[in-house]
Amino acid sequence: MNGGVMTAAQLGFYGCPICHRVTESIPGATDARCSRCGERLHWRKPNSISRTWALLLTGYLLYIPANILPVMHTDSLFSAQSDTIMSGIVYLWASGSWALAGIVLIASIFVPAAKLAILTFLVLSVQRRSTWDPLDRTKMYRVVEFIGRWSMLDIFVVTISVALVQMHSFATVSVGLGAVAFGAVVVLTMLAAKQFDPRLIWDSQADAPSLRESTDGHS
Amino acid sequence: MDVSELIACPDCDCLQRRVSLPLGGAAHCGRCDAVLYRSCRNGLQHTLAYAVAGLFLFLIANIYPIAGIDMQGHRQAASLYDAVSVLWQEGHAEVAVLVGLTTIVSPSIQIGLVLFLLVPLHFNYLIQGAVPVLRILEAVRPWSMMEVFFLGVLVSLFKLEQLAQVEIGIALWAFAAMVPILIVGGMTFDPDEVWAKVRALS
Ligand SMILES: [Zn+2]
Ligand SMILES: [Zn+2]
Ligand SMILES: [Zn+2]
Repeated sequence: MNGGVMTAAQLGFYGCPICHRVTESIPGATDARCSRCGERLHWRKPNSISRTWALLLTGYLLYIPANILPVMHTDSLFSAQSDTIMSGIVYLWASGSWALAGIVLIASIFVPAAKLAILTFLVLSVQRRSTWDPLDRTKMYRVVEFIGRWSMLDIFVVTISVALVQMHSFATVSVGLGAVAFGAVVVLTMLAAKQFDPRLIWDSQADAPSLRESTDGHS
Repeated sequence: MDVSELIACPDCDCLQRRVSLPLGGAAHCGRCDAVLYRSCRNGLQHTLAYAVAGLFLFLIANIYPIAGIDMQGHRQAASLYDAVSVLWQEGHAEVAVLVGLTTIVSPSIQIGLVLFLLVPLHFNYLIQGAVPVLRILEAVRPWSMMEVFFLGVLVSLFKLEQLAQVEIGIALWAFAAMVPILIVGGMTFDPDEVWAKVRALS
């Protein structure tokens, strides 16, 4: 079924990431630019694998404090309380807000973990030139791109809570260090997804002839 | 071969010939099913209309309070700007910058640049600098998180309701209206159409 499929790179064409115009490569040229908008063109995102790894590993490192440290402190006349992401969910569950507890559980626990796991799997599969169904892997990548932003949810919840219960004579809510680490994980995983090039998944297919020699040595 | 008839899939690099689509249709990649382009008559006019509506709602969403709470007679309301500045004053500049970028800076860049690009084109007036504008729009897109912020406000208001009486502000209604407008507006925006128009004018 893929017999007749040729990639732009195999045929010597670049697709422009900005304006989507296809530009033919000039043999021997060191610097390719889009014929319409002038954007610098690459066969594949430069250093995609190593950059994705660097961002992913930093993400894993910060994932631990993000889940252990409190994201929010609540001080009221009667009590002082520190909430981690998990204890915040347990609190919502215990107070009967099951739907909210479910939403926060998915956005704050499930989504970041799934992003890290799927991107790690994708990078490894590309490095090992896996022939595991490329269509399934591309769909997994699209899922990561789509859900990535939703893990910002808890940062926004903390922000609004802090803003509304600030300097109050009855209670004060403040940001915990866990929120800083958590925000960093969200940003790092979004950047990692952006650095990963899904075209690499298809390049290691058995029926795909090897890529043309890459002419872009710069990064 | 005329390269304007070709398109390379951004997800699998498969090179394909462009086909004309029925109105409202979308072209999918034959190999990986990615959406390659959509067909929309006067799509840019739609985008422009959505951007104008978005600008109007965005101003309301930024000026008025999102919500307020009432604790035994003590009332307090906060706008989006208040929320970011409280984080900053508290010494959490990183979180303040992250929230400010995703809820204030990115959406205003998006709306502002789309207007900067499309208002002159609408009046058949050629603008300089379409390339950097398109590049910035592409870079900013993932960082504009209005819909996530809206859900975050709802979750926090439900939580605060256990603690105090919550009053919904005008800005929250503006957010509710702005979220679908920005999503649909983003879908109608086709850089190809911008280029066709720029080329026709020059
Ligand atoms: Zn281009
Ligand atoms: Zn494709
Ligand atoms: Zn339309």
